[in-house]
Amino acid sequence: MKILICISKTPDTTAKIAFADNNTSFATDGVQWIINPYDEWYALVKAIELKEADPSIVLHLANVGGADTEPIIRKALALGGEEAFRVNTDNTDSFFVASQIAHLAKAGNYDLIFTGKETIDYNGASIGAMLSELLDVPFISHAVKLELNNNVATVTREIEGGEEINKLSLPAVISCQKGMAEQRIPNMKGIMGARSKPLHVSEPVEAAAYTSIVSFDLPPAKAGVKLIPADHPEELVRLLNEEAKAI
Amino acid sequence: MSVLIFVDIAEGKIKKASFEAANYGAAIANQMGTEAAAIVLGNCTEDLSMLGNYGISKVFHNTDSALNVFDAKVYAQAIADATEATTSNILIFSNTITGKALAPRVSVRLKAGLVSGAVALPDTSNGFVVRKSVFSGKAFASVAIQTDKKIISLNPNAFSITKSNNSATVETISLTIQPSTIELVSVNKITGDVPLGEADIVVSGGRGLKGPENWGLVTDLAQLLGAATACSRPVADIHWRPHHEHVGQTGLAIAPNLYIAIGISGAIQHLAGVNRSKTIVVINKDPEAPFFKAADYGIVGDAFEVVPKIIEAVKKLKGSV
Repeated sequence: MKILICISKTPDTTAKIAFADNNTSFATDGVQWIINPYDEWYALVKAIELKEADPSIVLHLANVGGADTEPIIRKALALGGEEAFRVNTDNTDSFFVASQIAHLAKAGNYDLIFTGKETIDYNGASIGAMLSELLDVPFISHAVKLELNNNVATVTREIEGGEEINKLSLPAVISCQKGMAEQRIPNMKGIMGARSKPLHVSEPVEAAAYTSIVSFDLPPAKAGVKLIPADHPEELVRLLNEEAKAI
Repeated sequence: MSVLIFVDIAEGKIKKASFEAANYGAAIANQMGTEAAAIVLGNCTEDLSMLGNYGISKVFHNTDSALNVFDAKVYAQAIADATEATTSNILIFSNTITGKALAPRVSVRLKAGLVSGAVALPDTSNGFVVRKSVFSGKAFASVAIQTDKKIISLNPNAFSITKSNNSATVETISLTIQPSTIELVSVNKITGDVPLGEADIVVSGGRGLKGPENWGLVTDLAQLLGAATACSRPVADIHWRPHHEHVGQTGLAIAPNLYIAIGISGAIQHLAGVNRSKTIVVINKDPEAPFFKAADYGIVGDAFEVVPKIIEAVKKLKGSV
């Protein structure tokens, strides 16, 4: 069994969000980069758990990004990825990115493809579903649990207000979220070993970009908090009713 | 040329987010001087003509039994085929779990650019530009769609509904529905009443509540307000509350009309998931809690003393209305 895990580079969750070049690009000064948490904590660690249960499973990583994404790819290799494939291009439009990964996926003949449920920067939540359409395979989104039995996956996925259990034959694309696995820290052996693991770089295949970012902006600052004395909480209820008209 | 809205059904009923999507699509149709139609897949117990109240002029309905199990592949093909059959060139989804599984697949099928998580009507003064939420609610991006066909998925609670007394015509649409390869084993509704992502009011608790045994404060207030309940990440991580209640950067991002945070300090990751809420109330005994900076109303005090008094005051208010 071969599993492909798609990983993306995002700013750290505490990064200050600011924009440069006349608000057309993210200001990267001083930003710490991480593996998108959904890709790392849930998709990658789940795949590692599956391999721990069945060592014959092969774990490959896919990334679309410039050379500056290599540190996060090495971290994913340190955690347990065995071989990585980086498509050397900026990840801008979702369809363009999905097309690059689809190209890798077709060549690698994978049984399972994992993505995070979305990235914490663009919040497109699109790559997994687009990939499944490009590969013409089933897609289960927001998976919180997965069990493999040979070629059949039993997947628990979130639905609005609950969960649903689906059963399907592979190949499939699954987007992962909280519940699938728990965050891990790479150990020293993993970090040392990651340096010599294969990281293949290829140039992008031709694909259209359907969208482009025109500009960014920040939400207006709050006017300031109105403090209500702790001994008169009923005043809060009055304000929420009469002023904010929220209740 | 027209606008088609995917109206999502759960347990035979139209989802709230779909009414917003329908009304949003109708507003775009109005902007473009065209009409808005809806596509409904699967059995629905509601009278679909009432989608006219939300600006839909025509509803296309297909009840093939293969649609009873949600399979993104099957649904996406049906929606793409319906888009072509109705010669629609703008397609609207709500950016819910279902919408997120469908819109990108349909985007590939139709070679139509997708903007997911839209928060405003498109700006068509120079191209077709849609404002969307990015960085988990910490910023917005204006994104141009370059393709002829366009797909937008609208964030829940981002568009205010304007209703009318109009009625829509409902007709059956014939589509070739592929058999699903996904077997539905079971469905387990956890919350049942108010889905967190669509709730108007959300009451949320953090570690300041000291233990799961104290959650009655949150659930009582929520029940009284018809609100959904939520929690901070540490609370979900230590299993005081289920994971699906976790709001924040790595949990669910929500945008209710009112968000009441009890005993939550307001770490930047938590704020990212809730700062699109219209009104934020923070109750925390630490006056230095960062959440107060993002709040509209705040009480510096002990939740165990303050919240019961709030509950009493809300009871009084509800009794008088």
